[in-house]
Amino acid sequence: MAEFNKDSLGNVLFIAIAVCLVCSIVVSTAAVVLRPMQKENQELDQKQNILRAAGLLPVGATVDADGRTVDELFAEFEVRAVDLDTGEYVDIDVAEYDPVKAAKIPSESRDLSNNEDIATIGRRENVSLVYLRKEDGKLDKVVIPVRGYGLWGTLLGYLALDGDVETISGLGFYFHKETPGLGGEVDNPNWKALWPGVALYDDSGEPAVRLVKVRSPEGSSASRYEVDALSGATLTTRGVENLVRFWTGDLGFGPYLNNLRTTG
Amino acid sequence: MSTTKEVLVDPIFNNNPIALQVLGICSALAVTINMSTTLVMCAAVIFVTTMSNVAVSVVRNRIPTSIRIIVQMTIIASLVIVVDQVLQAVAYDISKSLSVFVGLIITNCIVMGRAEAFAMQNGPYLSALDGLGNALGYSVILIGVALIREPFGAGTLLGFEILPKVTEGGWYVPNGMLLLSPSAFFIIGLFIWAIRAWKTEQVEEAEYEIAPNLQYKEAM
Repeated sequence: MAEFNKDSLGNVLFIAIAVCLVCSIVVSTAAVVLRPMQKENQELDQKQNILRAAGLLPVGATVDADGRTVDELFAEFEVRAVDLDTGEYVDIDVAEYDPVKAAKIPSESRDLSNNEDIATIGRRENVSLVYLRKEDGKLDKVVIPVRGYGLWGTLLGYLALDGDVETISGLGFYFHKETPGLGGEVDNPNWKALWPGVALYDDSGEPAVRLVKVRSPEGSSASRYEVDALSGATLTTRGVENLVRFWTGDLGFGPYLNNLRTTG
Repeated sequence: MSTTKEVLVDPIFNNNPIALQVLGICSALAVTINMSTTLVMCAAVIFVTTMSNVAVSVVRNRIPTSIRIIVQMTIIASLVIVVDQVLQAVAYDISKSLSVFVGLIITNCIVMGRAEAFAMQNGPYLSALDGLGNALGYSVILIGVALIREPFGAGTLLGFEILPKVTEGGWYVPNGMLLLSPSAFFIIGLFIWAIRAWKTEQVEEAEYEIAPNLQYKEAM
């Protein structure tokens, strides 16, 4: 039997190449075979987040009270792309478009100066998506993607508005890194239940939502814009207030929402 | 066949990778906040450790000494990526909450340690049992930690409410510290204490002893 030297240069190269080849085949096969299922999951997840923000799907459930599935509920939504500067619709393939990714591409986004960037997002995409739900031809819900910096990282979520485009219908985050038990309470259903009905704009049309420690007396004009702050999470609270104001303001969806309100 | 049984069962209590060897602590801290992620993590580690041990063992006589660590790493990393891809496809929610920790199985010292220490010297069958046994030892501790952290930290187990929380109209005030990573350190420490009180042969000898002070008069 010929002496086999496993430490020879030939064997080192052979093993290195063979292992790499076999492993890369295994990994790429897994990635390619499972890709469609993963994509489906991501899309389903996104739809659930939108439906939850709009209050159409209970937390933790995958069907609503009438037993309708996520896909059935989401089919009632119309997805449109919006130029944030002009507030006009643009014609692009909405299924393939990701606003958060676009914000990282210089040609598809704009740099925000320090005093513009209240939500601390760095760059803002030129085109974003909106989700519209109509009931009997009348606008029922508008859902917009929002994001902004909290304490530990960027919160990503959806803000849902009622058909009057002035009242919040719900807010939900699908990604954040806030401290569990403190800032992490942005996921608390009891806190989220405070959002529906809050007015977005003051009389001059500026975003006026405030997160406060003490609510103004019931019925006063200020109380319409107020939501309870989260105890022990000042920076998260500030981040949420700023991101809501940013995305409903002039640099966010302000121009679009204005158009929507006037044209219906 | 006492050796095969020993290889499989020993790592569970007698030679537990976490409690005795104190390896693989990092993921034990991160994923034990709730039981469902813990179970998935355990399953992933069981799969990776067993399969990597088998794979390394099969080619052990051909692996050149100079690149053996890289070869082991490549095999382990590929298996972990496969696990991650499968999780993203079939258990998307859990893979989201495990986030980077599935990927970090690659750096889990237990997987690498077993490949280098056991699979390089033993046949595929024994190596498989060794990998399985060590991963089970890891799992036992992780499940134990999750069993404490989830109920007392969040009032639930596997998502079902078992201690109704004050914030939701119950009586239990959750211990928020259990939701943070350091709490797992304390719990693992207590486990190590408990196991060593039970199996006293695991207690390490003191590295030094304070000599009695024979010249106490000088000190006075």
